[in-house]
Amino acid sequence: MREHFIYPEFEVVRNDNRCIQCRVCERQCANEVHRFDTDLGLMISDETKCVNCQRCISLCPTRALKIVKSDCRLRENANWSDETIKEIYKQANSGGVLLSSMGNPKPLPVYWDKMLINASQVTNPPIDPLREPMETKVFLGKKPDKIRRDENGELITETAPQLELSMPVMFSAMSYGSISYNAHASLARAATELGICYNTGEGGLHEDFYIYGPNTIVQVASGRFGVHKNYLEAAAAVEIKMGQGAKPGIGGHLPGAKIVGDVSRTRMIPEGSDAISPAPHHDIYSIEDLRQLVFSLKEATEYKKPVIVKVAAVHNIAAIASGIARSGADIIAIDGFRGGTGAAPTRIRDNVGIPIELALAAVDQRLRDEGIRNNVSLIVGGSVRSAADVVKAVALGADAVYVATAALLALGCHLCRTCQSGKCNWGIATQNPELVKRLNPDIGSRRLVNLMDAWRHEIKELMGGMGINSIESLRGNRLMLRGVGLTAKELEILGISHAGE
Amino acid sequence: MKRVYVNEQWCLGCHLCEYNCAFANSGIDDMVKALKGKDIFPRVHIEDGEDGIHFAVSCRHCKDPMCVKSCIAGAISIEDGVVKIDRDKCVGCLTCVLVCPYGAVAPGPNGAAQKCELCLQNSCGAPACVTGCPNNAIVYEER
Amino acid sequence: MKREGEVRIPSGCAIAAVISREGKGITGNVIYNAMKPMHDRSNGLGGGFAAYGIYPEYRDLFAFHIFFDHRSTRKDCEAYLKERFEIVKGELIPTRKIPQITDEPIIWRYFCRPLSSQVASEQVDENEFVAHTVMKINTGMKGAYVFSSGKNMGCFKAVGYPEDVGLFYRLEEYEGYSWTAHGRYPTNTPGWWGGAHPFSLLDSSVVHNGEISSYDANRRFIEMFGYKCTLQTDTEVITYILDYLVRRQGLTLEEAASVIAAPFWSTIASRPEKEKEKLTYLRQIFPSLLITGPFSIVYSWNGGLMALNDRLKLRSMITAEKDDKVFIASEEAAVRVMEPEAENFYAPAGGEPVIVRVKEGKF
Repeated sequence: MREHFIYPEFEVVRNDNRCIQCRVCERQCANEVHRFDTDLGLMISDETKCVNCQRCISLCPTRALKIVKSDCRLRENANWSDETIKEIYKQANSGGVLLSSMGNPKPLPVYWDKMLINASQVTNPPIDPLREPMETKVFLGKKPDKIRRDENGELITETAPQLELSMPVMFSAMSYGSISYNAHASLARAATELGICYNTGEGGLHEDFYIYGPNTIVQVASGRFGVHKNYLEAAAAVEIKMGQGAKPGIGGHLPGAKIVGDVSRTRMIPEGSDAISPAPHHDIYSIEDLRQLVFSLKEATEYKKPVIVKVAAVHNIAAIASGIARSGADIIAIDGFRGGTGAAPTRIRDNVGIPIELALAAVDQRLRDEGIRNNVSLIVGGSVRSAADVVKAVALGADAVYVATAALLALGCHLCRTCQSGKCNWGIATQNPELVKRLNPDIGSRRLVNLMDAWRHEIKELMGGMGINSIESLRGNRLMLRGVGLTAKELEILGISHAGE
Repeated sequence: MKRVYVNEQWCLGCHLCEYNCAFANSGIDDMVKALKGKDIFPRVHIEDGEDGIHFAVSCRHCKDPMCVKSCIAGAISIEDGVVKIDRDKCVGCLTCVLVCPYGAVAPGPNGAAQKCELCLQNSCGAPACVTGCPNNAIVYEER
Repeated sequence: MKREGEVRIPSGCAIAAVISREGKGITGNVIYNAMKPMHDRSNGLGGGFAAYGIYPEYRDLFAFHIFFDHRSTRKDCEAYLKERFEIVKGELIPTRKIPQITDEPIIWRYFCRPLSSQVASEQVDENEFVAHTVMKINTGMKGAYVFSSGKNMGCFKAVGYPEDVGLFYRLEEYEGYSWTAHGRYPTNTPGWWGGAHPFSLLDSSVVHNGEISSYDANRRFIEMFGYKCTLQTDTEVITYILDYLVRRQGLTLEEAASVIAAPFWSTIASRPEKEKEKLTYLRQIFPSLLITGPFSIVYSWNGGLMALNDRLKLRSMITAEKDDKVFIASEEAAVRVMEPEAENFYAPAGGEPVIVRVKEGKF
């Protein structure tokens, strides 16, 4: 059966007046879009292969290239969009589940953009972060209900294990396997330099990165890949991954083609075998089972490391979080429906889960209503895109945020959303050594540090404007937010007033 | 002295350094005008190995350079550690090309030998191959 | 327009306090006269006082000062109180009619003893029992508002300039060993007496000048522990925070001060090991009780007071002494009115608590 032809999504536009035929585009495209035709003496391109990753555009020394959206469209139809129809063709061609990568691109509401931040005027002074100290340090972990004193009346300063961060931002879980060695090296080095943490994801911890242990969160996911005693002991914290915002309710699947060499060794599975993480942890079918795993991990780490439980933001998230807060976990991480992924079924990515802003607001309030907010710290992720999003998340009640997509963008990702192909031209979501090499961790870690430094400055500016000189005083400070264009129900859930109120 | 060094681990074989070099030494302020439709004579060359290794070959500015010793016209000299070729004196015998153990000297467009002079004579001020390298595979530093 | 409590109203202020370390009596006119030179720091929309040692004859009874909007509200409230307390005495608080103060509510005070059976059935101590009662009335009984609930102390407050409020309540007729005063400059006109300051719970009271930027972070945290911030004012939340830290957690005043006006991390790092450990611990476990933004407060209780500025010292506050007396005020002028011969003027640094205690047995 001949496959139904689908017209390419993009057109490669080459300005032949500018092209000097240096062929860097040809050399750098793993999708083999560009080719020099010796007969014609011209560079030509095959648009059907283009994913619009813009590697060629970035490297073209004469700006002779651009990639535009193809204007070859099907007959306009408000109900049957071009995309919908083409997806049907694809499925009729293949009979398969559609796969996508990175976060949900649909035009669903982004609540961050509908919340505005306060500033001081007249009645109290804004604070200038260039002149006054401005603190962003946070400690994540369980806080005691009651202080204790020794026989001399001195405070006993022992606490449950705390994760100290220089700023309330961490790099979220991305496994070695789904991203490259060099991407991990960049994240690990940047996290260490910044005094924050990165997260191994479920692919284990490469032996070269044990030295970054104090800034590493290791994940224990349903596939248990790469989990062993040293792995747990190396880390600053252990995260149990129950779910992921991009694909709540399903596991993961790293194709055997990517399980090569070090990836296979780090995951502790045979080369070439598919790494399949089951949808549930098969030892956790209920909340009391989770408690057992939490305490197993605490036993294994001698109660020295905080245990994080990561869940996807789903409808009943407040009750789920309340259960986790009582399960012995020190930290809850919630991942919203806009969070990224190396590969997920399109329908799940685009239709399952709820926005992180609403989940965060609901969970923070619920834990306060139940008087157990102090039992746990809250981390949120799922498309935190800027320092403003961080500030809004903290004001809604988060102790810290996870960023992954923003970190990948800093490493060069152009959000072409074809990670699943394994042919990442930026050396991030690939295991092909020729491509992995394109991400030099010297550059990658520098760019990550730059990004976080920039955010830290912006967070301080925003805090200073509000007259707040320490991030603790921003956490849960919802008076600092106002909604715009939100319904009464949305405002109620977010726990904020409308602008003008 | 600062020299151009190569980290072959990070060289992608994109050859951009060659074009940046040719442009930097063209004396023309627009890359398209300088290079379009022309054969280029860069002073840095990428060697693409069979096994995926790429290496940017460029003059190492040796302390005791063979090229200087071998030049029959006295066209090659060392100035502040930088090995330079005086094009007006060069007779194009290409002995230097033959004796250079690194393959860093090559004939230029007019027949005279040419080699990397660290972009100190052109308008770049710093080696163009280094500033244009997308992966820090060529660096200009003191070692 | 929304009433105080339904909306957050920022305000600037004047504060003053005087205390005798010997527990000697000071009449109320001393403190209300001190507010006169700071007239411009208020705008006539709230003034008030807290006085300690004023009810020696009822020193073991809780003294409730309550505003009622209506006679029937008072009846309902009294009925509720009677279920929980033995009311030893209930009376109108004496006032003086002056043109500057109008629209007064019905203002009563009750000297009460908690019914031990009730206290036992709630499984709390007496103080907690009284605190519950106050929260219950203030959140659940429309038209009734308890604005003072400690033993041998009382708050007096109204809509008006503080010096007029003092006259209105005939404070010159009271004698106490410690007084605090507050003049308010709210940025709109709620015109509600309950919104005036000081704010008090049990025997602790707070006068505050400032607008804290951490308000909602503090409020949402403290409300986890049974407190209800019905007024949405800084003073209210600061009072609850101090009650929580000092009474319920058992921190010392100095420790409590280093929670709410915590030293910067850079300062903590430079302290000796033991102190560093302690300060780090306190910031680590009570992060949500850090108060940022400008404030100067005087926190009082039976037997003492503490003056404290925010960590950046964004509000003026000065202390001075004369013999057994210690004076605190937003401006030196106020101290000079109370004691022209005052000495040792000192402006405490940001986050540096000034704690004054009356000698044991003298109050």
